[in-house]
Order: sequence, then C-alpha cells, then structure tokens
Amino acid sequence: MSARDEILSRVRDAVADVTTPPRASTGTTSTEGAPGSAGSASAAGSASSASSAGSAGSGDGAGSGDGAARGEGSARDETLDLFAENVADYRATVVRATGEEVPGVLADVLSDLGCRSLVVPSGLDPAWLGRLPDMVATLPESEVTSHRQLDAVDAVVTTASVGIAVTGTIVLDHAAGQGRRELTLVPDTHVCVVAERDVVHDVSDAVTRLRPSPGSARPLTWISGPSATSDIELQRVEGVHGPRTLVVVIVADPAAAQVADAVDAPGRGH
Amino acid sequence: MSPAARRGDGPRVALFATCFNDTMWPGTPKATVRLLERLGCRVEFPLQQTCCGQMLTNTGYAAEAVPLVRRFVDVFGDYDHVVAPSGSCVGSVREQHPMIAKDDAALSSRVAEVAPRVLELSEFLVDVLGVTDVGAYFPHRVTYHPTCHSLRMIRVADRPLQLLRAVRGIDLVELAGAEECCGFGGTFAVKNADVSIAMGSDKARNVLDTGAEVLVAGDNSCLAHIGGVLGRQRSGVRTLHLAEILASTEEHPA
Amino acid sequence: MSPDPAHDRAVDGGAGHAAYPPVQVTSPTFVGMPKFPKAARAELANAQQRRNLRHATHTIRDKRAHVVAEVDDWEALRVKGADAKDEALTHLADYLERLEESLTANGAVVHWARDAAEANRIVVDIVRAKEVDEVVKVKSMVTQEIELNEALEAAGVSAWETDLAELIVQLGHDRPSHILVPAIHRNRKEIRDIFVREMGAVGRPAPEDLTDDPARLAEAARLHLREKFMRAKVGISGANFAVADTGTLVVVESEGNGRMCLTLPETLISVVGIEKVLPTWDDLSAMLQLLPRSSTGERMNPYTTMWTGVHEGDGPQEVHVVLLDNGRSHVLADRVGRQALRCIRCSACLNVCPVYERTGGHAYGSVYPGPIGAVLNPQLRGTASDIDRSLPYASSLCGACFDACPVRINIPELLVELRGKVVEESGPTAESAAMKAAAWVLSDPRRLATAQKAATIAGRLTGGRTIRSVPGLGAWTNARDLPSPPTETFRQWWVREHGNEDA
Repeated sequence: MSARDEILSRVRDAVADVTTPPRASTGTTSTEGAPGSAGSASAAGSASSASSAGSAGSGDGAGSGDGAARGEGSARDETLDLFAENVADYRATVVRATGEEVPGVLADVLSDLGCRSLVVPSGLDPAWLGRLPDMVATLPESEVTSHRQLDAVDAVVTTASVGIAVTGTIVLDHAAGQGRRELTLVPDTHVCVVAERDVVHDVSDAVTRLRPSPGSARPLTWISGPSATSDIELQRVEGVHGPRTLVVVIVADPAAAQVADAVDAPGRGH
Repeated sequence: MSPAARRGDGPRVALFATCFNDTMWPGTPKATVRLLERLGCRVEFPLQQTCCGQMLTNTGYAAEAVPLVRRFVDVFGDYDHVVAPSGSCVGSVREQHPMIAKDDAALSSRVAEVAPRVLELSEFLVDVLGVTDVGAYFPHRVTYHPTCHSLRMIRVADRPLQLLRAVRGIDLVELAGAEECCGFGGTFAVKNADVSIAMGSDKARNVLDTGAEVLVAGDNSCLAHIGGVLGRQRSGVRTLHLAEILASTEEHPA
Repeated sequence: MSPDPAHDRAVDGGAGHAAYPPVQVTSPTFVGMPKFPKAARAELANAQQRRNLRHATHTIRDKRAHVVAEVDDWEALRVKGADAKDEALTHLADYLERLEESLTANGAVVHWARDAAEANRIVVDIVRAKEVDEVVKVKSMVTQEIELNEALEAAGVSAWETDLAELIVQLGHDRPSHILVPAIHRNRKEIRDIFVREMGAVGRPAPEDLTDDPARLAEAARLHLREKFMRAKVGISGANFAVADTGTLVVVESEGNGRMCLTLPETLISVVGIEKVLPTWDDLSAMLQLLPRSSTGERMNPYTTMWTGVHEGDGPQEVHVVLLDNGRSHVLADRVGRQALRCIRCSACLNVCPVYERTGGHAYGSVYPGPIGAVLNPQLRGTASDIDRSLPYASSLCGACFDACPVRINIPELLVELRGKVVEESGPTAESAAMKAAAWVLSDPRRLATAQKAATIAGRLTGGRTIRSVPGLGAWTNARDLPSPPTETFRQWWVREHGNEDA
C-alpha cells in the first residue's frame, strides 16, 4: 500500500467511533456569493456586511454582534482611530492624510528617513511619487532581477488590501500597487498607504474579505508592526530580518466619493 | 447560641469529612460541624462514608476507585446537600467520579444525580446559606492560599475571601503569586519530590513575605505541604483550615 | 512529479518501506533519557537557568493575560477553535484528501510520509535533486521532531536555522527547551558569548565589538543570516495551519526570517503534521485570534504568510508539501487522548506551568516539553521508555495549563488517563500492591476505622511533636516536616459525641 493510502486508512480506522458527518461538504467550495457556506455564524454574518454600504463599518457590527448601530458615523470613526492607535502601538509610524496630501507625505517621510533609493511596485499610482526629492532614485519592480539588487534598495512604497483595527494589522495580497512579496521584505523601510475604506474592525471581517478565489488565489502577507523578536530574555527588539521601519499612511476617503466607493468595496482587494 | 438555633431549623446537611481530614486533621471537620450548627444547619455524619478515591484515580488506579464511587453515591445519595471542607475532594467527586463511572451506565446516572449536590464549604455558605458574615472572630494577621482544585477545578472564585473579609478582628493580607500551585499534588509530592519542594519553598517564601501569623487554605493536604516547608524553616507561621477560622469565636478561639 | 526515481519510491512508499510502527520511533537524541524526576533534579540545580526561566515565563504569562483580557468573549473563541480542530480531526481522512486536491490544483506537489525516516528521505531526495549543499529553515517543531537537520547533514547538506532563538540553539550546539522561545534558558550574556565564539565558523562572524544588548545581538543575527537568505535556493518550513478547502498553508512568525525562507528560495518544502489541517478558510478567523494572544501575548504577531501552492511570478515556483503521520494516527485512535492533537503549539501551557517554570524543557526528553509534551509524547511514542512512562506524573495537576489552552485541551484529565495506561502496562509493582491495599481499606468503613487506630496510636506516641524524619518517607521529610497524627480521629470523636448510630 502507498504511504498515502496507508495513512488515510489508519486515520479512518482511528475515528471509526465517530458517526457524525463532516460539517461542510468537503467536495465543493464555492466562493462566489457564499462566504457563509461553511455554516459558521461569523462567516454568515460577515457575508451580509460585505455587500452592504460602508463594508468595513458594518463588518465590525457583524463581527462584534451589535448590529447596524456601529455601522455608521461615530462607530466608523472609532474603528479608524483604533486602527491608527493599534498600528502605532507596535511602534510603527502612523500618518493620517487626505488623498491630495499623499504625495507630500511620502516625500516628507522618505526624506526624513534618509532614503536614497525606492523600489516602486507595478500599478502604484505614479502621482503619489510626483514630489519625491531628486536625491531619491526610483527603481520599478519590473527592473528588479535579483534579491541582491533589492537588498541595496532603501525603501518600498505600497498599498494594502485590508487594515484590521483591533489588531493594528495591514494585509497585502500583492496585487497591483503592492508588489511581489520580496519587495516589502528585503528593503529596510516599508511605507504602506492604506485607504480608510479598506480598514475593517476585526480579524474575522478580514478573513471573510480575503478568502482566496478558486484558481486564482493570491499570496497574503499580514503585517503587524515592524519585524520583531523577543527571543532574548523576552525583551522586545524591533527589527530583525524584515523591514525595521514601518510607516502606515491612512488616507481619508474622499467625502463625495464615500458612497460610491462603498458600493465597490466588496470587490476591493481581489 | 440559642438552643433553637442549635437544634437547627436550617437545611439538613451531610458532612463528607474526607478520609484525610478524618484521620489526620479531625479539627477541621469538627470546626465545620460547629460552624454549620451555629448557622442553624442540621448536620449529619453518615458513618458508612470513607474516601472519594482521588489518590487512587490520580495515581493511575481509577479501576480501584470504582467501589469508592459506588459507596459514595450510596452513602450520600439521599441528601440534598453534601458539604466537605476540601476543594480537592469535592473536585474529585464532581469532576472525576463521572469519568470513573463512565463505563457503568447505572453508576454513571447515580453520579450525575449526586455529584452536583456535593459542595465545598465556602460554596455552601455563600451560595446555599447566602451568608458571608458567619459571625467569626479571629484577631490575627492572615494570608490566604487558594488551592488549585478550589480555584481551577471547582472554581470557588473569591468566596473564601468574601467569608474571610467578614471575620471580625482579622488582618487579611494578600499573598503574592497566590494562584500558583504550592507543589503538593498528591503523589506528585513524593514521585517528583525535588520539583515539589522547589515549588513549596517559593510558596513558603511568599507566605513569609506577607508577615502573616497564619496561612489559611481550603485544603489541609496543601497546608501540610506548605506548613511542612515552613516548619522545617522554623518560621513560626501557623497553618489553619478555612473552616477553623470561620468557626472561631471569642469563646472558642481557633 | 520528481526527477529522481528514488524519490518516487518514497512518495509512493509500499514495497521498500519497513513496517509502519503504530507509534513514533523515539528520535536518536532522546533515546535513553532518564525518567523525569531524575532529569528534573539536574535541571533544578542550575540556578542561572532557573532565574532565566522564571523571568521569561512570568513575562510572557503576564503579557498573555493582558491581551486575553482585552477580548470580549475569549471563552467563545476557545470553543470555536476547539470545534474547528475537532471537526478536522474526527473527519481527518476527508479533509486530508480535500487538502491534497486543493494543493495539487494550485500547483503544489503533495507527498505522504508515514514516519520520520520516510519524511526525511522525501526531503533529502528533493534537496539532492536541486544540487545544493545548504537550505534555509523556518522554525518548525515538526522538522525538529523528525530530526530533519541531522538527516540533511548526513546527506551533506547544511540546514541553517534562521529564527533567532533557533540560531542561538544551533550555534550553541544546544537543544531547544521551549516551543516558542527555544533559547529561553539562555540569558543575553550567554548568547553574546555563543555568537562571538561560533558565528565565524559557519558564515559572517559576529561584529568584534558585540555587546550583550539584545538589539545588538539581533543585529548580529540579521547580518549573519542575510547572506544565507540571499543565496539560498531551497527553503524548508512547517506550517501552523493547512486549510483544506483552499489549499492555503499558513506560517505565523515575528522576525521576518519566515518570510525570507518562504519567499526568496526557488523551491519550498513544507513538512506538515496531518493534524495541522483546518476544514475551511473561515476557521482561520478563530485561530488567528487565539494563537498570537496565547503564544507571544500580542494582539497579532508581526508577520503571517499565507500561500496557496505556486504563485506565478511571486516566490518559490516549486512548492512541495510533505504530510506526516509519525504516530499521530495512533493518538487519534484514543477517544480521550485525541484532543491533544488540537494543539496549535502556542506554548501557553508551558508558560503557566509551575513544573516547567522550574525544570525547563530539557527534562521532558522531547522537542515537545511542558504540559502538552507530558501528554503528547507518551501518546505519540508509547510508554515503553523510562521518560515516557514518567511524563504523565510530571505534573501536580494544578490545572493552570487547561485554563491557558486556547483550544481547550484538558491536559489534567489526559494526564490522569495516561497514568492509568502506565499502571496497566506496568503489571504488578510495589506501588500497585500498596494502592490495591489502600483501595481495600478505603472501600469499607470498618477497615478504615481499624487502619485509623494505627494512626492514632502513632499520634499518641509522638504526642503532637513535629516529625522531621520517618524511615521510608525520605522523599517527603528531606525538606518538609510531617504533620503528627491526632490522638483521636474525627470518626471516633463523632461516635463519642453522637453515638454509634449511622445517620
């Protein structure tokens, strides 16, 4: 018998006492329109939130079970403030800005950090880098051909798919504007621009939004603060192998566009 | 104490003394009787009782404990309230008896009826009698060690502290690292004597640091272990069971 | 599937494979380990280590308590986590097949290994086919369990551990002593000395002016390992979770060494215990909340990488997954014991354990120390050895581990259950004779009363004096006084006061 067959047969024999059928049908997995198909309460709750206005805001309501009340206005602001607070709590730098301010903020941040070179992911809004000082050399992602080449670059600027307020996490799915994974790993500074509309309340909201599409799954990188270790006497040290400096720029949703964007929100990130 | 109260018009209670208390620390069940009668209970001590079987179960002899479980439900089956001055033995009855009886359907259902009616002293006082001030007097500096089985198996929470705080004259001081195990652990104390003593020594140091005259707990086995270490160090700290402090009055001091 | 015919044989197993043992074969490192009390005595004598451990375990313990208290309904999350694992475990074959299907559909190559030897052979064959003499590794318990580094070394391949603590252990020719913080038994000064002494022999030397400042030590590790990351062609990892319905593997880490190993090499090999499978993507929700808070005491760990087979143009373009049994199916067959397979290796139980805090991890004789090790090892490996027979007793049953466990493994219940197994397999001993005698006495109140008379006679003889030494009770009386028995038992007093009538 092959190892596979032998292991599967052992495992079947081991649970011969179990008579309940598997929870979900293991043969079919449908993502389209049915994130709740696994039958878990949170998935079902979030499924409705993902299709309602202000996705992240009502997502938080679904996650914490207190319904629509948290979906609007002040609760939304609380989620965004919590996100900013928790990202900063990891000793990442947090900047809040409007869309128009982004080019100036990026220019300031990169020059303050003394960055001389920047790798630019394909698909990043070129206008964002319009005000960089001349001393910062830019390298398009497509021209990076080796890890060592990337190792010589100081910084990277990307967007993110999702921000999670409760944990202060940003999640990259490495689609356009986020670069392939090594871009946000090898350079020592990562500046990440997160749109407010992509900030959800908690981990279950994020998991629901990030479910991989069959056949075109994306890699995901969840980032909560800069690289860190507590391996020496449990004393936290920021910066081991990943970027030692993380700057998160939270960009306010344009007021007029908020409703329209929210309608599009479920599709974002994929 | 009025004769009426002494005769008792309160609930009928079976005392499960536990074999260790019965044999080694009779002062504790005596204090329990005195306390419960003072609060109006009609206390009975079914003489056919022996032991919950915990030592056997925890050492790997659960099969040998089956007759003890059977005896336990036979002896205590007719009582609405069974009270024991031991968090550990109550834990054994409530948490382990169902496990030991699981292969015997009839015994299993008896256990399911009886076990939930078995309460540790502080649970009975606070939850059934609804008292925290039991009229005790104990003018000494005291620190309380919540034993593991009281805390994490039957979850008495802060009931013993509620009772102690209401004792007149007491100076109750907080014990550092109170929730950490003292290292007794039944046969662990001899099978892993070195680790057990290391744990007991740390606990004893925390007790000494409080400056308390008396260490109180809901289990005499743990007190014997910590007291054994304190005694070897000739520390002068006394150990007393919770029941004995709660039973203590000006006329009958503990 | 594989360019190497030997490798195909390994994948398909069969003819050439030795009998598939029901339990895990104890790895060479731990063969002949003394029983726990003896090993513990040696560890207790190491005062420096005890200070290091106390400081470290209390620090994480407090951090964990703080972030767990932040969560509104932690208990509901624990139940959800336990349910997800139970669902996977009780229908494991279905979910493993589903996982294989998803992985294959996404371009990964799936291998199956019955035991450590088979898993090591599979990995070594893949590495050999790549014609490399080194690999970079993400910290992984399962590759320690199978002693993969030793197998690679025997094949002439250097396996570089890249987690800081694993690096400290590897450079120090030491053994890990904790699941999460393998070098928990070392302090900063010891670590500095190891770096200065050892780094140069295997790569970039430590800076000459290295101090014992943790930030400087981390910087030294960064510099030492970066050249290895840059040139590595093969990365090896485990996985924290393997999601059946999507084929996604998840690695949770802090330092970024994991991301380096999972992203930069051309080939990635992940060895995954079969109990790591989760039924569906949505199950990650509970797990990603439970694990970081229980493990490092953070709201979220710095980095989590999720990959689903091969991602075109991003990361390794050859992805292998080795699904490993190695005794797990044996554990699964025990109705009570199978809950231990829920373990997500967070190490919360180690950090709250009063025994672990004092002995450290080495005394447990396995890569899985602490309370979870005490229940997992005797189930995975059986109870034939001194160490495995003694592990179920390496606990005072204080219950702190159960309270801390994010997936509600009832470790005290399992310990008691396993003690029963050890007793059953040991046959008649002095202890079993004593216990049977005790059971005989305790099963009858008259016999108990008779036995109690002996105690009260001893009580009258000692007259309430403190007992400092009793022959045969040295284990107790070496450091503890023994209470003097009373002159009258409670039962005797009751009968004297209330008469002989039973209630």
